[in-house]
Amino acid sequence: MNTLNPAVEEFETSIADVDRAEVKVDVKGLNFYYGKSHSLKNVTIPFARNKATALIGPSGCGKSTLLRTLNRMYALYPGQRAEGEIVLDGENILGSRVDLARLRARVGMVFQKPTPFPMSIYDNVAFGVRLYENLGKADMDARVEESLHRAALWDEVKDKLSSPGLGLSGGQQQRLCVARGVAVRPEVLLLDEPTSALDPISSAKLEETVMQLKADHTIIIVTHNLGQAARVSDYTGFMYLGELVEFGATDAVFTRPATKRTSDYITGRFG
Amino acid sequence: MNAAKLARRRIGDILFKVFCVAVTALALIALAAILWSLMVQGFGGLNLDVFTMATPAAGSRGGLANAIVGSILMCVLAMVIALTVGVLAGTWLAEYGGRSRYGATIRFLNDVLLSAPSILVGLFVYELLVAPFHGFSGFAGSVALALLAVPVITRTTEDVLLLQSATLREAGVALGAPLSYVIRQVLWRSARGGLLTGALLAFARISGETAPLLFTALNNQFFNNPWFDLRQQTANLPVVIFNGALSAYDDLRRLAWAGALLIAGTVLAVTIVARIVAQEQRRS
Repeated sequence: MNTLNPAVEEFETSIADVDRAEVKVDVKGLNFYYGKSHSLKNVTIPFARNKATALIGPSGCGKSTLLRTLNRMYALYPGQRAEGEIVLDGENILGSRVDLARLRARVGMVFQKPTPFPMSIYDNVAFGVRLYENLGKADMDARVEESLHRAALWDEVKDKLSSPGLGLSGGQQQRLCVARGVAVRPEVLLLDEPTSALDPISSAKLEETVMQLKADHTIIIVTHNLGQAARVSDYTGFMYLGELVEFGATDAVFTRPATKRTSDYITGRFG
Repeated sequence: MNAAKLARRRIGDILFKVFCVAVTALALIALAAILWSLMVQGFGGLNLDVFTMATPAAGSRGGLANAIVGSILMCVLAMVIALTVGVLAGTWLAEYGGRSRYGATIRFLNDVLLSAPSILVGLFVYELLVAPFHGFSGFAGSVALALLAVPVITRTTEDVLLLQSATLREAGVALGAPLSYVIRQVLWRSARGGLLTGALLAFARISGETAPLLFTALNNQFFNNPWFDLRQQTANLPVVIFNGALSAYDDLRRLAWAGALLIAGTVLAVTIVARIVAQEQRRS
């Protein structure tokens, strides 16, 4: 360990703070390339089971890229590749034998823009479930209701389940996407700036939803909103120019940042 | 800036506007003249016989019923073929291979085909399906029309699929669905208005084509026997119009006008429907 740089030392300690037995997703030495551009540099970060971890940092720092490696969304695009290890419950998901559809059913994702499918609210929620489970009508009804409850949307849509999902407001659409995501009962839920297109009231509702989802899911949330990171997350990683600069318990990162760069970002000196 | 320069600019501005309006008016007048004579002559030739009787020999009673039925059959079959090929090809270009060099080549060839002279398409199908079997047929006509519709549908399919946001595609895949399932269940559904518009435009394009049918379906003075059997030479509106227009007999020429009015009316109706569908799509 480099004693000339106390920041690095402290950062190493904070990764060790996460109880190894409680790590759900363990990212080790991850490098990511968009063609020739090297956009994640040797990133090592643990994501704790049933906790929310926030990834913060200025635009282009690689936080969304990191998120998109966790369900291998990047594999849709030729020319993008990841090297290193991402261990989900003991299995390296970057391996070539991994069934991507199955992986994505275990690691769900909610996007920046609400993306309801052009079908009814009910069918939106049931979409993913139908792919993996053969539920009868009653069971499916129950699953749809449960999922909408968990996304805090049930009361607003219970009387119009058969109307189109695209007819909902932006905030409702985003919660519908959360319901659709949790309906397949993923173990990990990735949220890519889920409130950046929402008004403050809808944002607050979605944050509440995230807090409740922590009970059953490992949450990883990318956000530009530092207040949001402070409110919803247990751990925070600060990224800059493709590197993980600092990682630790959210309280510690926000109150006693170990590096000057983190402190500058959190206090709004750049970003 | 001096006053003379400003004045010159204002005059230039006015002259340009006058020129634009005049040229537009000229084009519209020509269009109106065509439509006017089509309506006057066409409605003069329309009567119940047109819809109930087969094409007559000169001087006897008859109508266009066999040609109407033949045209509908051939166009519908052509659209079935063209939609199958075009939608799948457009989907491949948009979702799978479009960024490869092979994809770029296919797209280029499709664009060439988009503006291929229809008479060449007719000759091509003649060599392919008429000459080897020693006979003109409605099937050959359908294939020729399909070849004209395929590039239109391929192009519009690719365009409307690319308009669907990347996140919609990713959102489907993120739920653990294979891409092919997302394409069928989400993207096609989301793009259905655009796909329908493309299909209607392709239909409008082929419904008036004469040249490719001259070498393939040719013509038939009677109904096919049975009426849906496209293995035989098949009557169709464009070729009946073509023959009637060249005919020396007034009654055949009147019939040709009536046929022209029917095609123009159909194309107009289809285009209007396509526009309404496109607008609905934009609104939702």
